[in-house]
Amino acid sequence: MTDYIIRNGFVYDPVLGINGDIMDVAVRDGKIVDAGDVTKATEIDASGMTVMAAAVDIHAHVAGPKVNVGRNFRPEDKLFNCNVGSGVKRMEAGFSVPTTIRTGYLYARMGFGFSMEAAMPPLYARHTHEEIVDTPIIDQGALPVFGNNWFVLEYIKENEVENTAAYIAWLLAQTKGYGVKCVNPGGTESWGWGMNCETVDDVVPYFDVTPRQIVDGLIAANEMLGLPHCMHVHGNSLGEPGNYGVTLDTLKIAEGHKPNNEFGRESVLHHTHLQFHCYGGESYASKSFESKSKEVMDYVNSTDNITFDLGVVTLDETTTMTADGPFEFHLSHMNSLKWANTDVELETGSGIVPFIYNPKTFIAGAQWAVGLELGLLVKDPMKAYVTTDAPNAGPLMRYPRVYKWLMSAKAREDMLNNVLKYGDSIRARCYIGELDREISLYELAMMTRAGPAKTLGLGHMFGSLKAGLEGDVAVYPYNPESDTDDPEKIEYAFGNCATLIKGGELIIKEGEVVSNGRQKRTFWVNAKTNENPVVERDISEKFKRYYTVTQNNYTVEGHHYMPNPYVIEVDATK
Amino acid sequence: MSRSWMRLRSLRRSAYRQVGNLAKIVTDVVCPFCGTLCDDLEVALDDSGEKILEVYNACAIGAAKFLHSQAEDRLTRPQMKQEDGSWKEVTYDEAVEYTAQMLIDAKKPLMYGWSSTSCSAQSVGSELGEVVGACMDNTATVCHGSSLIAVQDVGIPSATLGEIANRADRVVFWGCNPAHAHPRHMSRYSIFPRGFFTGKGSKSRKMVVVDPRRTDTAKMADIHLQLEQGHDYELLSAIRVAIRGEKLPKTVAGIPAETIYEVAETLKSGRFAVIFFGMGVTQSLGKNHNIDIAIAVTRDLNDYTKAAIIPMRGHYNVTGSGQVWGWQFGFPFCLDLSRGFARYNPGDSSSNDLLIRDEVDAAFVLGSDPGAHFPVGSVRKIAQMPSVCIDPHITPTSAVSKLHVPVAFVGVEVGGCAYRMDNVPIETRKVVEPPEGMLTDEEFLTMVLKRVKEMKGAA
Repeated sequence: MTDYIIRNGFVYDPVLGINGDIMDVAVRDGKIVDAGDVTKATEIDASGMTVMAAAVDIHAHVAGPKVNVGRNFRPEDKLFNCNVGSGVKRMEAGFSVPTTIRTGYLYARMGFGFSMEAAMPPLYARHTHEEIVDTPIIDQGALPVFGNNWFVLEYIKENEVENTAAYIAWLLAQTKGYGVKCVNPGGTESWGWGMNCETVDDVVPYFDVTPRQIVDGLIAANEMLGLPHCMHVHGNSLGEPGNYGVTLDTLKIAEGHKPNNEFGRESVLHHTHLQFHCYGGESYASKSFESKSKEVMDYVNSTDNITFDLGVVTLDETTTMTADGPFEFHLSHMNSLKWANTDVELETGSGIVPFIYNPKTFIAGAQWAVGLELGLLVKDPMKAYVTTDAPNAGPLMRYPRVYKWLMSAKAREDMLNNVLKYGDSIRARCYIGELDREISLYELAMMTRAGPAKTLGLGHMFGSLKAGLEGDVAVYPYNPESDTDDPEKIEYAFGNCATLIKGGELIIKEGEVVSNGRQKRTFWVNAKTNENPVVERDISEKFKRYYTVTQNNYTVEGHHYMPNPYVIEVDATK
Repeated sequence: MSRSWMRLRSLRRSAYRQVGNLAKIVTDVVCPFCGTLCDDLEVALDDSGEKILEVYNACAIGAAKFLHSQAEDRLTRPQMKQEDGSWKEVTYDEAVEYTAQMLIDAKKPLMYGWSSTSCSAQSVGSELGEVVGACMDNTATVCHGSSLIAVQDVGIPSATLGEIANRADRVVFWGCNPAHAHPRHMSRYSIFPRGFFTGKGSKSRKMVVVDPRRTDTAKMADIHLQLEQGHDYELLSAIRVAIRGEKLPKTVAGIPAETIYEVAETLKSGRFAVIFFGMGVTQSLGKNHNIDIAIAVTRDLNDYTKAAIIPMRGHYNVTGSGQVWGWQFGFPFCLDLSRGFARYNPGDSSSNDLLIRDEVDAAFVLGSDPGAHFPVGSVRKIAQMPSVCIDPHITPTSAVSKLHVPVAFVGVEVGGCAYRMDNVPIETRKVVEPPEGMLTDEEFLTMVLKRVKEMKGAA
C-alpha cells in the first residue's frame, strides 16, 4: 500500500489540540503515523490549504427502503441533476435523494470517511445492507429502530431491562446493526391504528406503555450492554409548534443515567435533528411561532450526558423521510403533495413526502434560524454535530452551506437581509439576530469529526489525526489566513476537497475522484449476552405466530450483504 | 390427518421412485415463483442431497418450479442457432464472447427481463448495461409499471403483509385473482391468518372483490362488485364520493349506488382496510389513472381509519429489480442509459415502444419471457436482431433468440436476495447443486462484464 505525506497544510485536530498549525500529516499502511515515520511516501502539497481528519456523519438517511422509495417515486429529483460517468466514475443522479453511487462520491467530495444510516427497519435490513454495499468509498453502519418494536414495548411495560437488552443484542446480530435508534417512541405503533403519541406521557394503544418509559428503558438497556453508541432518539411531536416542552421532557429522561462503555463515549442520549424539536407558539404563523432554541440549549448546556445534531433547514426542495409515520401523514395534509407510507409488522413504520422549504415563507426561514441557533448557542461544540438530517431538512450536498452559515455572521446577515422574505419577523421571533458567534475551523472539526466519532464510540478509529487511527484525511482548498474575506469560499472548499485519503487509499486527487475505494467496510456491533431462555422463547413464538418470514429467514447473512464487515465486539455477559 | 403423517406418506411415495434412498429435509426454503415469496417451504432431498424428491407447503405452481429443475431433458449448455434453424451446443466461453460482442456492436441494445433472478445478478447486469449504454427494462413494463407511475404521481400508503395479517379487518381485492395467481396469499397474509389483533382469522375480516368476472376469489367474497369491464376508474371515483357522503347517480359502472355506499361504509367502519390490486386494473383502460385513484381512495380512508394499498406483484423478484435500479439509477423501470446518464420516460424508453419503433438493435433477455408476454410485433423484432436469451428453461423467447444460455435456477440451485411484493427482502436458498459445469446468471453476467471491459479497453 502506498504511503502518503501531506505537507505544509493548516492542520485542525481538536483531539490533539492542534489549531491551524502548519505541519505534515502522514499515512502508512492505511493508518495515521507520525510524519517522521514515513520515508518513501508519495508527497501531497497542502500548502495554503486546510487539513483535517475525514469527517464523520452521525445521522443521515442515505441507504435503505424509505430512501429508495424517495428515489423511485421522485423522477423529478433527477431532472437536471445527473452526472455522466467517466474514468472510474459511474453515472450519478439525484439531488435530495441521490443514488448510492452519487452518495458515495458526494461524501468523498465533502471529505467524509464514515456515515451512519439513521434508521434501519429490522425486517428490511437486507435492503439497507445491499445499498450500503453499492455505496462506494465511505465506511457505513446502520441503526435499527427499536422505539415501536413489540418486544421492546412488552418488556419495558414489565420493567424488564435485562430482557430488553438481550433482545437488542439479538436484533443487532440478526440485522448487522450498529446501535439503538428510537423514532417517535410509541407514536409509530399507535400509527398502526392511525393514531400518535404527542407527549412523553401519551399511552400506546394496547401495549399500555408511554414514550417516557420507552426512552428510559432503551437508555438503561443500551448502557447495560455497554454499546459503543448511546440511545439515539427522535422525540415525539417532531415539527409541531410548541413542541419544545416535549423535547425538554425527553431530554430530562437522561438524568440519572450514566454512560457505561469502553469506547470513551460520555453521552447516554443523542437527540437527533434537534432543530425540529425546539419550536414555541401555537401555529406556523409569524404572529405565533417562536424559536425555543435558547430554552432547550440552556438545559443541554447544563448537562454532561446529552449530545445532539442540528438538522439545519437549507431552504431547498427536498424529500422528507422518517420512521415517524404519523408525522409524514400530517405533513402530506399540510402540503398536499404525494405521500408514501410503509408500516412494518411488529417493528416500525415510515413515511415519505416531498417538501419545499420556501425562503419566501416565514416558517421555512424561522426553521433555518432555529437550526443554526442550536449550533451557535452550544457551549461545548463536542456535543453538537452538524447535520441536515439529510434529506429531511436539506440534501446531503448542502453540508458545506451549513458550515458557511455557522462560520460566518456575514453570510447569515446576507440571508436575513436579502434572501429570506421575512427576515425581520424571523429576527423578532427567533434568536438568530442576536447571535454574532462564528464557529471556528477548530470548532467545526469538533462538530463534524471529533464529536460525532466520540459519540458513536468510534473515537479510537475516526475523527482525529492521532497516530494509529484510520488513515482518513481530507484536504480542503481553503486558506484560513487569506480566504476569510468571502464566506462563499467556505462553501466551495468544503464541497470540493482537494485530496481525500480513505483507509490509506487515495480517493480524490487534485479534486477528482480517482478510485471507487477498495476497502469500504460495513460496521456492526456484536454484543455478547448471557443466555436468556425467556427472550429466546418470545422470539420463537413471535416468529411462529405474527411475522410473515420465518425466524431462520430473518437473519442477514452472506457475503453479498456485507463483503467487508467490521465487527465491534462488546461483552455484556458480566 | 397430521402433517407429519402426510409428509411420511409422500416420502414413502417418493421412496418408491427412489428405491434405497432416504430423505433429507431442507427447511425455510423460499419459493422463487411469485411475488408472494413464501419462505416456509420444505424440500425433501434424496440421500445424496442431489435430487429433489418432494416439495412441502408450496402451491402447485411453486412445487412445479422446484420439480421442473430436475427434468431429465434439461438444457445444460448454451445453444447457438445455426443458419438452417438448428441448434448447436457451444461453450459458455463462446457464449460470453458472442454476448459481449453483440452488446459492444449494438448502438442501443435492449436488456430486458431481470425479474426472475437475484438482486446480485441484477446489480452486475446494471453495471453491464451502464458500460454498454443499454436500454434496460423489467417485466413491470407490461405489468405493474402503471402502478409505479401512479406512485410517482400520488405516492402510496402501504404496509408489509404482516401488518395485514395482524391488523386488517377489511380486505379488498381489485382486479386480481389470488386464488389462482398468488395461491397462498390469502392463507399466509390476507384472509385466513389469525394475527395479533385478528384472532378470529377470516371471521374477523370482511372481504370485498372487485372484478367483472366471477372468479374463484370473487366466489369467496362477502361483497363482490361485478362491475362493467373497463369502468374501474368510475367505480373508484364513486367510492371516494361515497366515503365523503356525497350524492351518487343511481348506478356507476353497473353497480347500484346503495351497494357503493355500503362498500364505502364497510371500509370506513373497519379498524384497518387494505386494497390489493392486480393487472385487472393496471393494464386495462385507464392504466396508471386507475391506480392513482385507488391510491387516492386509500389516502381518503386514512382520514377515517387506517388504510393501506399493496400491488400484487407477479415475478418473485420484479420488485427487487425496481429496487436495485432505484438505488443505482433513481428509476424503477424503463431506463435509457445510452447517453451516459440515466433517462426515464415510459412510452419512449419502455421496451415495447423501443422494439416497435426499431430504436434498439440487439436484444438481451434474462429472467423473463417476452416471447410469451409481449405483442407478436415486438417478438418479431427480437427474432430479427442479434439476440441472447439467458434462461434455465426453453421458452418462446429462447426459441426466437440467436443464442440461448441456460443457467442455474435462482432459489433452487443458487441463493440470492429477492424482494417480496411488499418490498420485504428475503434471501432465497440453495437447495441442490446445479448440473455439473452450469453457471449461475450472476457468474455469466460477471464474465460478460469483464469481457466487455476488456474489449472497450482495447478499442
